[in-house]
Amino acid sequence: MKKLSARRRHPLAAVVVLLLALAATGGLYAAFAPASKAQADETAQSLAIDEGKKLYAVGCSSCHGTGGQGTSDGPPLVGVGSAAVDFQVGTGRMPAQQPGPQVPEKRKVYSQAEIDQLAAYVASLGAGPITPTEEQYNPEGADIAKGGELFRTNCAQCHNFTGEGGALTNGKYAPSLEGVSPKHIYEAMQTGPQNMPSFPDTTMPEQEKKDIIAYIKTVNGEETPTPGGFALGGLGPVSEGLFGWIFGLGSLIAVAVWVAAHTAKAKKS
Amino acid sequence: MADWADGRLGIYSLAKANMRKIFPDHWSFMLGEICLYSFIIIILTGVYLTLFFHPSMNEIVYHGSYVPMHGIRMTEAYASTLEISFDVRGGLLIRQIHHWAAVIFIAGMFVHMMRVFFTGAFRKPREINWLFGFLLFVLGMFTGFTGYSLPDDLLSGTGVRFTQGAILATPVVGTYISMFLFGGEFPGHDMVARFYSIHILLLPGIMLGLVVAHLILVFYHKHTQFPGPGRTNKNVVGMPLLPVYMAKAGGFFFLVFGVIAAIAGMFTINPVWALGPYRPDQVSTGAQPDWYMGFAEGLIRVMPGWEINLWGHTLVLGVFIPLVVFGLMLVAIAVYPFIESWITGDKREHHLLDRPRNAPTRTALGVAWVTGYMVMLLGGGNDIFATHFHMSLNAITWFVRIAFFVGPVVAFIVTKRICMGLQRRDADKVLHGRESGIIKRLPHGEFVEIHEPLSQDQLYSLTAHEQYTPAEVGPSVDENGVERKVTRGQKLRAKLSKGYYGEGNQVPKPTAEEYKEITSGHGHH
Repeated sequence: MKKLSARRRHPLAAVVVLLLALAATGGLYAAFAPASKAQADETAQSLAIDEGKKLYAVGCSSCHGTGGQGTSDGPPLVGVGSAAVDFQVGTGRMPAQQPGPQVPEKRKVYSQAEIDQLAAYVASLGAGPITPTEEQYNPEGADIAKGGELFRTNCAQCHNFTGEGGALTNGKYAPSLEGVSPKHIYEAMQTGPQNMPSFPDTTMPEQEKKDIIAYIKTVNGEETPTPGGFALGGLGPVSEGLFGWIFGLGSLIAVAVWVAAHTAKAKKS
Repeated sequence: MADWADGRLGIYSLAKANMRKIFPDHWSFMLGEICLYSFIIIILTGVYLTLFFHPSMNEIVYHGSYVPMHGIRMTEAYASTLEISFDVRGGLLIRQIHHWAAVIFIAGMFVHMMRVFFTGAFRKPREINWLFGFLLFVLGMFTGFTGYSLPDDLLSGTGVRFTQGAILATPVVGTYISMFLFGGEFPGHDMVARFYSIHILLLPGIMLGLVVAHLILVFYHKHTQFPGPGRTNKNVVGMPLLPVYMAKAGGFFFLVFGVIAAIAGMFTINPVWALGPYRPDQVSTGAQPDWYMGFAEGLIRVMPGWEINLWGHTLVLGVFIPLVVFGLMLVAIAVYPFIESWITGDKREHHLLDRPRNAPTRTALGVAWVTGYMVMLLGGGNDIFATHFHMSLNAITWFVRIAFFVGPVVAFIVTKRICMGLQRRDADKVLHGRESGIIKRLPHGEFVEIHEPLSQDQLYSLTAHEQYTPAEVGPSVDENGVERKVTRGQKLRAKLSKGYYGEGNQVPKPTAEEYKEITSGHGHH
């Protein structure tokens, strides 16, 4: 010990201590840190990520950046989660066709398997909402009436009473919910795509999401009854007024012209 | 039996005086009938609805037959509307007939009013009847609005909130009126019951009285007719009330009822069950009033949100200005007959109608008014048009803002030019005959089209209208050389009169001399 203490004022002592400390920290980290990605991992998850990365590089990176960091043409995807990918690519919104106020829904380009791989890759960039399982979004047995109340409170101001859609500013819009699958509705609520606010489980628990999905499917589904006859788009007084003017008053005027043309006349003109 | 009744009611002399009353025949004279019959249909179906509707804002929890509303708190008004729709026999059909008939009734009144306007049927002696009709239109709007609010659903509740906002925007008295109307803070517990009284008693009562007065005046003045051979300002050419006209009118009533019932049977109107009960904390997009309030909605939608804050008070110009314009637009059309009679200075009675082209300035003003109205109707549905035509909501709003000022001016100029063009064409037809489409080659090789001269009847119809000469202010000094006092009103009147009837604002109709000269054997021209 004496030798050591004698050299403690040596000009290189500080360097030696620093080296030792670094070596100790590094060694400890190497011993206790979780297995890094550098190690060969042959699980299905990692294969999906690899495949997804390839798909991403071809289809998405030109706007979202090579590592999902985002560019001037597209937002970063770090932390958006697999649910966002499943929604955006699954409804055909992504890859986007052209820039505009809003990216519209269109025919989807990727198969569900490819979408899952893309989702796995994007999820690996940072933690985010996870694609829901069927158990989470299946509306069977949910409370329709409660869903209606929640829908009118949280959704109707943009999507209309029964989800027919509505206009937002400068060409943006809340799309119609007709024919949207329960899974995609669930993901939209979870992730808040485009102009939509997100409703994470902390503000809207899973059960309430199910209620809302059940309500939408009841009032705007394929089997929704319309007891009053043709629904005229479910858009309210504008379509009713147009119909009343054109077909209501229009046919009455046609009838009036017909009656007036079939009158007893002294002289046919 | 008839004698018994005559002794007590004097029906013989009444019938004698009125049974042979003549009504002229024209399809456009049946527009008023469409309104009358749809009004009757509304009253009949409305009575049925009152039997089942509970005008109460007491809250209950719904457990009726519409499953998506189970367990929802709602007012009795809304619950009873659901019950009418799903549980009362024929309830939904009657509700839909009632609502469709209302939409068509007011649209019919609008078109009827335009018919009267464009043919000049509002001239003396019918100014009062014009006002009665106008009042019916406005009362119809408000009766419709109060009825639309009764089910207390989310859509109509939003509409009432909108109206309350407009009331609040009225300076000084706004808050008091709102508190008075709703019995406290909005929405309160009185609204539905009060609107119910207004909707089923007060307004329809006044309207029924006005309709009767309107019809009595039509009888008293006798119906107007289009000019034609044998038709003068002193006769009416048409069919007698009994039996021909009565049979026709009766048949037409059932046709109107049939068309409205068929529409109501096939097309949904106001599906309240899908809208949910009204709660002030909820709102839906695409919330509009029925069409007749649409232009008021448009005025507020496109108005920039200006406001002035003075001494702790807020003047909401963004809502108050539309409210004023709403009133002005209605008043403008109501007082028009008086303005025109002041300009023409014509105190004679007019029972012959004008063809719209023969009154170019009036027609152009009418079209300008309709254009402004329609532009605002478009503004009222800006969100629906935006989503369905894939346009920007803001772009539509700006279009409406500009078109509200530019559109009527353009419409005025274009309509006037079209009317003048049609007048010239009429004059041409009178002088040169109808183009027959037959091309004749003359011996020297020239090609000419043969013009067929019009019949005497047609010539008369095309030249029967009279044309005013513009009013003059008169010389500035009288015969003694003393300066004559010319009021500002007289000057304005002369100016307007020139705009109506001056050179370039109407085409002088061909005179008999011109006609003779041209047709006196100079050959076809």
